[in-house]
Amino acid sequence: MAKVGLFIPCYVDQFFPRVGLATLRVLRGLGLEVEYPRDQTCCGQPMFNTGCSQEARPLAERFVRLFSGYEAVVAPSASCVAMVKLQYPGLVGDTPEVRALASRTFDLSEYLVDVVKVTRVDGEFRKKVGLHRSCHGIRELRESRSSERMDAPFDKTRQLVSQLRGIELVELERADECCGFGGTFAVTEEAVSCMMGRDRIADHVRAGAEVIAGYDMSCLMHLDGLARRDGTKLPIVHVAEMLEKARLSR
Amino acid sequence: MIHHHPEKARLFVLDDERAHWHDKALWFVRVKRDRAAATVPEWEGLRTAAEGIKVHTLSRLAEYLEEFERKATANGIQVHWARDGEEHNRIVHGILEKRGVQRMVKSKSMLTEECHLNPYLEARGIEVVDTDLGERIVQLAGEPPSHIVMPAIHRKKEEIGELFHEKLGTPRGLSDPTLLTERARAHLREKFLKAEAGLTGVNFAIAETGGFVVVTNEGNADMGTTLPPVHIASMGIEKVIPRLADLGIFLRLLARSATGQPVSSYTTHFHSPLPGGELHLVIVDNGRSEMLSEAHRRKALCCIRCGACLNTCPVYRRSGGYSYSYLIPGPIGSVLGPHRDLAGHASLPFASSLCGSCTDVCPVKVDLHHQLLALRQEAGEEKLLPFGKRMGMKMASFAMARPALFRAGGKFARWILRVAPGLARVGPGAVWLRGRELPEPPTETFADLYDREMATRPEVKS
Repeated sequence: MAKVGLFIPCYVDQFFPRVGLATLRVLRGLGLEVEYPRDQTCCGQPMFNTGCSQEARPLAERFVRLFSGYEAVVAPSASCVAMVKLQYPGLVGDTPEVRALASRTFDLSEYLVDVVKVTRVDGEFRKKVGLHRSCHGIRELRESRSSERMDAPFDKTRQLVSQLRGIELVELERADECCGFGGTFAVTEEAVSCMMGRDRIADHVRAGAEVIAGYDMSCLMHLDGLARRDGTKLPIVHVAEMLEKARLSR
Repeated sequence: MIHHHPEKARLFVLDDERAHWHDKALWFVRVKRDRAAATVPEWEGLRTAAEGIKVHTLSRLAEYLEEFERKATANGIQVHWARDGEEHNRIVHGILEKRGVQRMVKSKSMLTEECHLNPYLEARGIEVVDTDLGERIVQLAGEPPSHIVMPAIHRKKEEIGELFHEKLGTPRGLSDPTLLTERARAHLREKFLKAEAGLTGVNFAIAETGGFVVVTNEGNADMGTTLPPVHIASMGIEKVIPRLADLGIFLRLLARSATGQPVSSYTTHFHSPLPGGELHLVIVDNGRSEMLSEAHRRKALCCIRCGACLNTCPVYRRSGGYSYSYLIPGPIGSVLGPHRDLAGHASLPFASSLCGSCTDVCPVKVDLHHQLLALRQEAGEEKLLPFGKRMGMKMASFAMARPALFRAGGKFARWILRVAPGLARVGPGAVWLRGRELPEPPTETFADLYDREMATRPEVKS
């Protein structure tokens, strides 16, 4: 059995295959044995967040069956990982199997920092970057300290990408305000969702960012969709793509 | 008519300049809160302690309430119990009627809003004047509060000037906040002097001492309770805390969370009536016991009404208090309203991007966004979701449970987007496309790339 089960969220598979590929390359580049279970589809988050637990449950059960055998499950998406880690026990049953899977499922940044224990990143990214940490990475997975909390600051993603040569991480006025994607919220509450996204983009533009980097393509897809509609030149990039060519070491 | 948050929010957002003004006004308070909280090295410890005290108290609420009643009664406070809002109003009216009170001043109390006390008393010929400046503004305007701490935050100073011109006779065009406040003060001073009774809310009731604490910034609760001979205080059953020693934890959290002040201007302890006066305390249930009886809802009763979750909520800031169907807006209201009546507030659990900022800012660690998520499941189970949403999710779930169908469907959808992008303008795609572009559909999926990549040797770099 392979060591790492690669969890590529459905919409990443369909719309952002490059991000999946970059994730695969980062993991294989560390000498890890990686396998992509082909029958994976969706973790069930869209249904669950819409209140359709009945529709989410069979998908969560499939996921548990497909991924339980791996030593670790890694995804380039904090939000989908948060679904597995925090919601699966309540949704499909708090069994030892589900609990074990939840504890072994990681977003890429946290897997690299906490499990592989990457400390050095040798690579290059010569751009002014605005780091858009998605809310589920911050406040569900605790990949960085949220701006509301007053304990010691930390940021696993920043710890990795800040080492890239030439990168300049810009300071935003509102460090971690939500971009307004929020799954079906983006459609149900379309007006507020778009306003939130436009405000988030404006903050990046004011800070001088040339690119928005993040670890959830869903937020980035929403922000990119707004920027393109408005003719704002602010491309998106996933953290995996930034690390793809870098040399990571413990 | 069912009050639907997205429609109200859309109207709010439509006035872009105003929506941004509202967002910035509240964000300013959030930033003030951050600065104030950062000065307390043990902030997170205080939150944990406050949560622990509240959870503990709720676990033996009846005991603490009875202890409080005993001590309060011994102090000379007349304690009344009200099962619901109607009974609360009846009790208050009974007290006033017995003493022939015709004019009452009131300091801020969300509970009396919840019970609709003002219209109840006004219908019975009693003049009720809200004395908190923000409350007075919305009362003069005939509006409910749009925020639980800053009731008139939705009104610009020019609009308040206009209102005061009309109602209080200030010069037309006057919008200087200091001058307007001075005029309001003079107006309220008369009301205070003529009042025969004063009503306040309660921030904390202390079981150990039988006393209670009211926190304000304007001193209006003090003015309203020291001049008239009758003081009535209304509190929900969840306001009790065990010991006086616990109070400091909450006071340190409350003002910083609410307005970013280290401490509120007035923190008044009431223990007994004024010499020759009367002090009544009405303890109200109004659905709280029911909330307490359900483990997953209980946590919402820890709320100390600081309003921090409203100030931080990116949706509240951009949709305003009146977009919410419950009288308490923002994340806490979107939890409390549906806990009372899910069908009547069915859009509220969805008026959130689930960003979790509310949960992290909450001084007593109410798991607000997880409660919203749980309420969504309840809405689903009770068939309160719009038909289209439910069907969409059913279809998606059906396809996603069948990998071949998912792959074929995905391929078809991406092909359509390439050859006939106009077709995306049906269903949810149309809503997405109103303000945004869709991602460019690639020709290959990750699954396709994976096979090719795995055929190559990995480039191990570490």
